[in-house]
Amino acid sequence: MSEQMTGARMVIEALKDQGVEVVFGYPGGAVLPIYDELFQQNHIRHILVRHEQGATHAAEGYARATGKPGVVLVTSGPGATNAVTGITDALMDSIPLVVISGQVPTFMVGTDAFQEADTVGITRPCTKHNWLVKDTEKLAETLHQAFHVATSGRPGPVLVDVPKDVQFATGTYMSPQKAKTSHYAPRVKGDIEAITALVELIEQAERPVLYTGGGVINSGPGASLLLRELADATGFPVTSTLMGLGAYPASGKNWIGMLGMHGTYEANLTMHGCDLLINIGARFDDRITGRIADFSPGSKRAHIDIDPSSINKVIRTDVPIIGDVGHVLEDLLKIWKARGRKVNRAGVAQWWQQIDEWRAVKCLTYKPSKDTIKPQYALERLEALTRDHPDRYITTEVGQHQMWAAQFLGFDSPNRWMTSGGLGTMGYGLPASIGVQVAHPEALVINVAGEASWLMNMQEMGTAVQFRLPVKQFILNNERLGMVRQWQELLHGERYSQSWSEALPDFVKLAEAFGCKGIKCDDPANLDDAIREMLDYPGPVIFDCLVEKHENCFPMIPSGNAHNQMILGEAETQGVIGASGAVLV
Amino acid sequence: MSALKIQQGSSKHSAYDLRDPNAELIETHTLAVIVDNEPGVLARVIGLFSGRGYNIESLTVAETDHQGHRSRITVVTTGTPQVIDQIKAQLGRMVPVHEVHDLTIEGPHVARELALLKVAGKGDARIEALRLAEIFRANVVDSTLESFVFEMTGGPEKIDAFADLMRPLGLREIARTGVAALARGG
Repeated sequence: MSEQMTGARMVIEALKDQGVEVVFGYPGGAVLPIYDELFQQNHIRHILVRHEQGATHAAEGYARATGKPGVVLVTSGPGATNAVTGITDALMDSIPLVVISGQVPTFMVGTDAFQEADTVGITRPCTKHNWLVKDTEKLAETLHQAFHVATSGRPGPVLVDVPKDVQFATGTYMSPQKAKTSHYAPRVKGDIEAITALVELIEQAERPVLYTGGGVINSGPGASLLLRELADATGFPVTSTLMGLGAYPASGKNWIGMLGMHGTYEANLTMHGCDLLINIGARFDDRITGRIADFSPGSKRAHIDIDPSSINKVIRTDVPIIGDVGHVLEDLLKIWKARGRKVNRAGVAQWWQQIDEWRAVKCLTYKPSKDTIKPQYALERLEALTRDHPDRYITTEVGQHQMWAAQFLGFDSPNRWMTSGGLGTMGYGLPASIGVQVAHPEALVINVAGEASWLMNMQEMGTAVQFRLPVKQFILNNERLGMVRQWQELLHGERYSQSWSEALPDFVKLAEAFGCKGIKCDDPANLDDAIREMLDYPGPVIFDCLVEKHENCFPMIPSGNAHNQMILGEAETQGVIGASGAVLV
Repeated sequence: MSALKIQQGSSKHSAYDLRDPNAELIETHTLAVIVDNEPGVLARVIGLFSGRGYNIESLTVAETDHQGHRSRITVVTTGTPQVIDQIKAQLGRMVPVHEVHDLTIEGPHVARELALLKVAGKGDARIEALRLAEIFRANVVDSTLESFVFEMTGGPEKIDAFADLMRPLGLREIARTGVAALARGG
């Protein structure tokens, strides 16, 4: 059905036709016609954030919690530039976002008009694709293409820049079915020959490991089920990147914990010692590999990834399989079963004995304290008191608390854990928790935060209060930029340059000022009661958990070292990072 | 990788060793990239090369299919085999890119570029320039009493050779289009 309407109306119609229920945004001069159309309808809910970066992170949280694309609406100029951090974050972590930005009218583009920025130019390297729509006739089709690109293949953010005169002008609306999207169709089925080659390796491997990543979660819940079936049927150990937590359950018997710089001892040594490394939807990030020359030296490597450019980018792969994780695992299981479900049981059993020895090191042990709250203890108690909650979601900020959360909180299903992995964006967690809570109003949504990260987007508490989103901000407050401080201790002779905060706000009073609840706790003896008080309160809470100020996050692979050169605790930290490691981040 | 030129502190002990372990294995490849002729597509391709530290030896672009709005970008690039593979994969996943052909490995191909050379001189030098131009099959497209503009097409090496000969004879300016290339045969 082709219908005449204004460009602004088309935006709303296209969003409706794409099944969009929520838009995160902030109005301004160049998007007023679209906001006027939003006002006159009831299908799409708009969440008014307090800063456009908050809108993008909230949309990311929404996307991760639902598997649907997050939608952002911002104005031209500063509206668009403020969104850039969140767009880049979504690109690095492969999160589908559709960002619609207003632009000055076409006849003013290039004149340095008020609130003009070259939005398409600025966002070109941080989107999967972007469009400047100069003609209302093309607007609807472009928006449908934008949704198609954001959600097909490796998901990612896209941006559609819509000049104000295009919003006012009238054109013909095109339905999603008629929009031309055929030319962008990434391959989802893996090559059967390659999959068969991997099955042969699976049948023979003595020391295998499944190294899983965010691609399993992006592939949908079915992929997580297939991964569980594969792991349980073969008995292979499973580790995961930060982004992939929850795809295989933390309570599963094959789970050996997260790998990488702050991963578990057993996971990293398993990676180092394996003879078959099966990468499922991960990308050999430098947080994972450590020193590349010594990465998993004795293994055959298989790599399942939907993005051909991930293959052989960092680590040479013996068996590359380009395709969607779900499709590939389905074919892989089919072939493996048809060939008789063979596994080298004796070899794998011996491998598990070795892994159990590594596990017995108990690498997450920390020195407990009766006087101060250890951050690890705080997370252990949070885990104990919320693990059985039927509908729990965790977001984080970036830093030590993020790594401790990944170590001490367990996730038994996908889409429950939202964190900024690739870009490492401080200020991600609070707006992301808002996006998750919008998607799941009845759920328990906790943002595990550090005080410094949290302050970066704390204005979004206003959003939480306005929209009655009962997000719990669990702030591990050490009055330090903890991870920066840790690196300065290990690397820069304990010269703590600018890594502490003076004049922190009183978080309880801050909560009152925002109109929500504040809780402060500095005594381990009171911690459980304080957490329960947070959980029982029906609205948003800012929980100021004053923790040990100088705790470091272990285990740790110092930068420039290999997986088998982990340090486990304080005693081993002298001179662990050499001059060559010091240039790395 | 080599284009990043990060030497200091980068050693074989680094987690991401930025020194080129295969410096002797640098190859030159000619890629033909078929793209939608839409605004910004060239910026996307160039941005990919600069953003990821790849080399561009030459790059030409023009619309080749008016009805289909397709352009052909011919890019000559250098790198290790791994980097060349990365460049092709990164190009291939861009939304407006339809095809990526590595002419260097897909079989024999012809590569030509067009150059305009302004040579100023009098007397013997001027006569010598004209004589060499005939040998190289360069055309005179502009002439004054004291200068010629030669037009020539050929592979980059031929143009380099001609330019080298013209330099002592009064080469003033040179404009080159960069390489356009096609695979040989059907």
